[in-house]
Amino acid sequence: MTSKQIQARTTRQQALHGAEAAGKAKGGFRPLKLGSEVLLGIVVLLFLFPIIFTFFSALKPNGEIFAQPPSLIGSEIRWQNFVEVFNYTPFFRFIFNGLVVSLAGTIIVVAVSSLAAYSFGILKWRGRDKFMLLYLATMMIPQEVLVIPMFLLMQKLGWINTWQALILPWAFGAFGVFLLRQFFINIPYELVEASRVDGCSQWRTFTRIILPLAKPSLAVLGVWTFITFWNSFLWPLIVVNDVNELGNVSLGLQTFFGEHGNSWNLVMAASVIAILPTLILVIILQKHLVKGIATVGLAGR
Amino acid sequence: MTAITTNTVPRRDVDPAAPKKRKKNDSRAALGFLTPSAVGMTVFILLPTILAIATSFFNWPTFGEISFAGLDNYRNLFAPGSQFTAALINTVVFTLLIVPINLVLTLSTAFWVASSRFSRLYRVLFFLPVVTPTVATAVIWKLIYQPNGIVDSTMNSLFGIHLPNLLGDSSTALIAVVVVIIWQGFGYNMLIFSAAIDQLPQDIIDASKLDGAHGLTQLLRIKIPLLTPAIFFATTVTMISAFQLFSEPFVMTAGGPGTSTVTVVMNVYQTAFQDGELGAAAAPAIILFVLILIVTLIQWIGQKKWVHYD
Repeated sequence: MTSKQIQARTTRQQALHGAEAAGKAKGGFRPLKLGSEVLLGIVVLLFLFPIIFTFFSALKPNGEIFAQPPSLIGSEIRWQNFVEVFNYTPFFRFIFNGLVVSLAGTIIVVAVSSLAAYSFGILKWRGRDKFMLLYLATMMIPQEVLVIPMFLLMQKLGWINTWQALILPWAFGAFGVFLLRQFFINIPYELVEASRVDGCSQWRTFTRIILPLAKPSLAVLGVWTFITFWNSFLWPLIVVNDVNELGNVSLGLQTFFGEHGNSWNLVMAASVIAILPTLILVIILQKHLVKGIATVGLAGR
Repeated sequence: MTAITTNTVPRRDVDPAAPKKRKKNDSRAALGFLTPSAVGMTVFILLPTILAIATSFFNWPTFGEISFAGLDNYRNLFAPGSQFTAALINTVVFTLLIVPINLVLTLSTAFWVASSRFSRLYRVLFFLPVVTPTVATAVIWKLIYQPNGIVDSTMNSLFGIHLPNLLGDSSTALIAVVVVIIWQGFGYNMLIFSAAIDQLPQDIIDASKLDGAHGLTQLLRIKIPLLTPAIFFATTVTMISAFQLFSEPFVMTAGGPGTSTVTVVMNVYQTAFQDGELGAAAAPAIILFVLILIVTLIQWIGQKKWVHYD
């Protein structure tokens, strides 16, 4: 687009928006807009209610969970509910386990995927697109189909109840490769060519040119992978025998719920402990995450 | 998901400036860069897939003798009294409820949120349940649904009626689980739609305004058709994840009461890891896989009729 065209376009838009604003002022759009805003705020609050409710219930005495009529705040604020949860069950250990597995898994996924994506998105070779299609096809295989043979494989390798069984099996999916490739194909090839002409090896081009450019997309993949590992449940349920040693927060919460199902206030405190890490992560990294999901979705075009 | 490949026609291949010699060099490098991923994928995805198919034809207990079973594992699935039939029906019902409700709600909310001053904040807030561990979600909602719990007692103090035990009654358990699934997955699709709404080509919208398209007409005739690629993507992803339902019903109802919320994946899990029959469990897993393949294929073929790519 030339600058003139852009200018023409913006003036036209300004004219339109101006007309709109005028229409609003005249036609009394304002109360409608305000009403919609208030209503939406209420909807958002209602939507978040289960999470808010969890936080408040976690601070109640157990006898008041089912108090009639219902109220958010009990007769006392019991912070010691959290202390009790940590006394009953090693939740710090679960958090630590989850961190180890999720970090290791994320590093492997990001490393392996970016290497493969360089091959699919930057390099040129015969059969590349057909091979990519094969990769994409593997995304159709659901984890649930793989758990049984994966369990057999872990048995054969003697990996049941080990760290590597939690980390490796799900670190080689095509999702990350595909996500990064979508970014890589938009990198101008001239950049790669110039670096090659300057005598850079492929490896140097990859580490010095491509990876720095791809930082935002690597962050997106990293955060998303971390959360997926952190929240995994079915596979740990299958491959972990000793929850206290290798369990993650989900597994720990399920075990805790099984043992203390009647102490709803403690169960809610444990739930708060379980949801807090990802909640914080999302709030800190919202920009990356939101952008990443959007890109994946828009790649569907 | 395969929709993606349509835009991947590599413009570089038509680049006449690329000398032939480079191509040769590249393929050696390509092999090097691809090896870790290809090896991992072969060991942890392709081999297990083949093994899964093979396992389904064997009588394969966790401990003990393995013997060839032919089609017995598949035949037994449809024998009278088998849990699989119920699981399959439930899974289809779950999917048929979840997909349309989710899409209609998330799309309309995405439009609504886009018009708000706080749209950025709201998108993140709606996204929170997506990243909440499913076990936590399930436990939280289980408390919410308890008799005398917050839903029940609110209804009681407002209207003086007591609800049935929502998760304990076979007529309401499935719907109660559906509500949780919708809540949990809401933010994901809403984000997809929000991003697509943000990227709606302003010139087309403006042109349609000049042509007199406003409000509902504009929404139905201009905006929705422009959003069909995102709708297609969201439908496919939501459908596939609905077919794979496990954690929420597993924690909230364990499939009950009776078999009213058993899903295919739960059937796979219980047969394999509670009954110890790996072969018998592989069969429903394969059926689920084929089902997902067929549905995705139908979607993929059908998209030409309603998805507008520009």
